[in-house]
Amino acid sequence: MEIDPFIFRLSIFILSIFIGYYVVWSVTPSLHTPLMSVTNAISSVIIVGAIIAALAGSSESIFNTSSIFGFIAIVLAAINIFGGFLVTQRMLQMYKKKKDKKK
Amino acid sequence: MISANLAAIFYLVSGILFILALRGLSSPDTSRQGNYLGIAGMIIAIVVTFLSIGNFSTSLVYVIIFLVIGGAVGAFIAFKIPMTAMPELVAGFHSLVGLAAVFVAIAAFLNPAAFNLGNVGDIKLASLIEMSIGAAVGAITFSGSIIAFLKLRGIMSGAPITFSGQHILNLLLGLFIFILIFYLCKTQSTNVFWTVIVISFLIGILLIIPIGGADMPVVISMLNSYSGWAAAGIGFTLENTALIITGALVGSSGAILSYIMCKAMNRSFVSVILGGFGADISADDKKEKKDQKPVKSGNAEDAAFLMKNASSVIIVPGYGMAVAQAQHALREMVDKLKKNDIKVTYAIHPVAGRMPGHMNVLLAEANVPYDEVFELEDINNDFANSDVAFVIGANDVTNPVAKTDPKSPIFGMPVLDVEKCKSVLFVKRSLSPGYAGIDNELFYKDNTLMLFADAKKMTEDIVKNLD
Repeated sequence: MEIDPFIFRLSIFILSIFIGYYVVWSVTPSLHTPLMSVTNAISSVIIVGAIIAALAGSSESIFNTSSIFGFIAIVLAAINIFGGFLVTQRMLQMYKKKKDKKK
Repeated sequence: MISANLAAIFYLVSGILFILALRGLSSPDTSRQGNYLGIAGMIIAIVVTFLSIGNFSTSLVYVIIFLVIGGAVGAFIAFKIPMTAMPELVAGFHSLVGLAAVFVAIAAFLNPAAFNLGNVGDIKLASLIEMSIGAAVGAITFSGSIIAFLKLRGIMSGAPITFSGQHILNLLLGLFIFILIFYLCKTQSTNVFWTVIVISFLIGILLIIPIGGADMPVVISMLNSYSGWAAAGIGFTLENTALIITGALVGSSGAILSYIMCKAMNRSFVSVILGGFGADISADDKKEKKDQKPVKSGNAEDAAFLMKNASSVIIVPGYGMAVAQAQHALREMVDKLKKNDIKVTYAIHPVAGRMPGHMNVLLAEANVPYDEVFELEDINNDFANSDVAFVIGANDVTNPVAKTDPKSPIFGMPVLDVEKCKSVLFVKRSLSPGYAGIDNELFYKDNTLMLFADAKKMTEDIVKNLD
C-alpha cells in the first residue's frame, strides 16, 4: 500500500515542532524580543502562497478576485518580511559586550 | 523553470536556514549572523517560487511592484520605530501575518486550480480542511493582535473587559466553527467559508479583550504562536515544506515563550486566557491600608547620597522605565556611579515590561553592555550582599508578599529579593498599587526610601546631584 503524501508532510511538521522546541529553549532570555520579531519575519514566508495566487491571473485579466487577494497578501507579507528582519537587525546591533566599548 | 522536486529541495534548504536563524539567537554574538541566514532563507523561498511558476508575464511586474511597496513600508517602520514601542510593533506584525494567511486561504478557495487543489466547488477534502483551519487561526491572530495592539498603544484601555457568559460564548463560537468547517466540507459553499472567517475574527476580539495590560507578555507570545500555526495550516494546503517547517518553529516558539511568561507569574495559562485579573479590587480597601502605614519618602539628593556611599548597586527596571523613556538617563546615572568605583548590575524579572525581553532591548538601546544585565535566578542571591537596590518602574515583581502571604493573588510568583539589600530606593509616581491591585509591603519597610516622581525626571535629578 502506498503512503499518502500528507503523512510525509505531517512527519515534517511534527519533527519541526521538536526542533523548534529544543532550539527555542536554547535562546537566551535577553534575546526574547528579537526572537519574536524574527519569528514574525520568517512566518511571512507565507508570501510564497500569495505569489502563487497573484500570478494565477491570466494575461487578459491580471486582477481577478482570487489574484487581488494574492496581491494584498503580498503587500502584507512584504511589510512583515522587511520590517521584521530589519528591526531585528537594528535590535541585535545594540547588544554589545563590555569590552567592545573600551576598544 | 525548475521542477517541483527541485523546488521542494530548495524550500527544505530555506526551512533549515530559518532553523539556523533561531539557533543563532542562543547568544548575542551569533545572533546577527543568524539573522542573515534567515534573510537568505527568505530570498531563496521567494526566488524559487518565481522560478517554479515560470510565469514571466506582466503579472510578475505587478507582483514585484507590490513586493517593493510592502517592503518600503516595512523598512520605513523598522527604522523609525522607537525601541519603547516594540511590543506594539510586534503585535501589529502578528496581525499582518494573520491577515496574510486569511487572504492566501481565500485566494486558494476562490481559485483552487492555481494551487493544484481541485476545482471550484470540488476542492480536495484534506485541502479544504487545511485551508479553513489556516484561515480561522489566521483570522483569530489578526483580530486578537489588533486588540493587543490597541491596548499596548493606549488607544484602548488596558483594563480587562469582562461580561457574564463570556467564556461560554467563546466556547460556543469555537464549537460553531468546527461545525461550520464540517458543513463546508460537505457543501463546498462559499458563504459558509466566509462565515467561518467572520466568526473567527469575532473570537479573536472576544479572546483578548478580557486580558489586562500586564498580562500582555503572555498574550503577545500566544499570538506569536497562533501566527505560526496559521502559517503551518496554509503550508499544508500549499504542500510547501518551507511554510510547514516555519509554521511549526514559530508555533512552538510562541508556545514556549507563553509558558515561560506564565511560569514567571506563577499563573496557569488557562487563568491568563480567561482574563479579568486585577479587575475586581475595591478602591476602599486600598485607601484604608494606605492611611495606616507610614512611608519614608526622599528626594534626589538623598538618593544620590545613598548611592555615592554604596559599594554595589543593583538596578531593577520595570515597565515604568519604558513608559517614562528613562533608560538613557539611567545609563548616565550608572556611568557616574561607575566613575566612583561602585559596582552596578541590572536585575531583570522575566515579566518586566510588556513583552518577553522588553527591558533587555531598552537597556541595550541605552548602550548598557549585556554582560551587566542578569536574569532573576542569576542575581537573586546578590541582593543580600548589595548596598542599594534602585527600583525604577517595577512594582509587583519586587513584592515580598509573594513569598510570605499565601492569601495574596501573587503568592508563589518568583520575585526579586530586593528587600534583602541594605537600602532600597523605589522610584514611583505614587503609592498606588501595581497591576495585580495589591499593596507592595516594600513601600513600608524601614530600609525603603520612596522617591515620588516621574522615573526619567528623578533619574536626571539624581545625575545632577551625583556631581
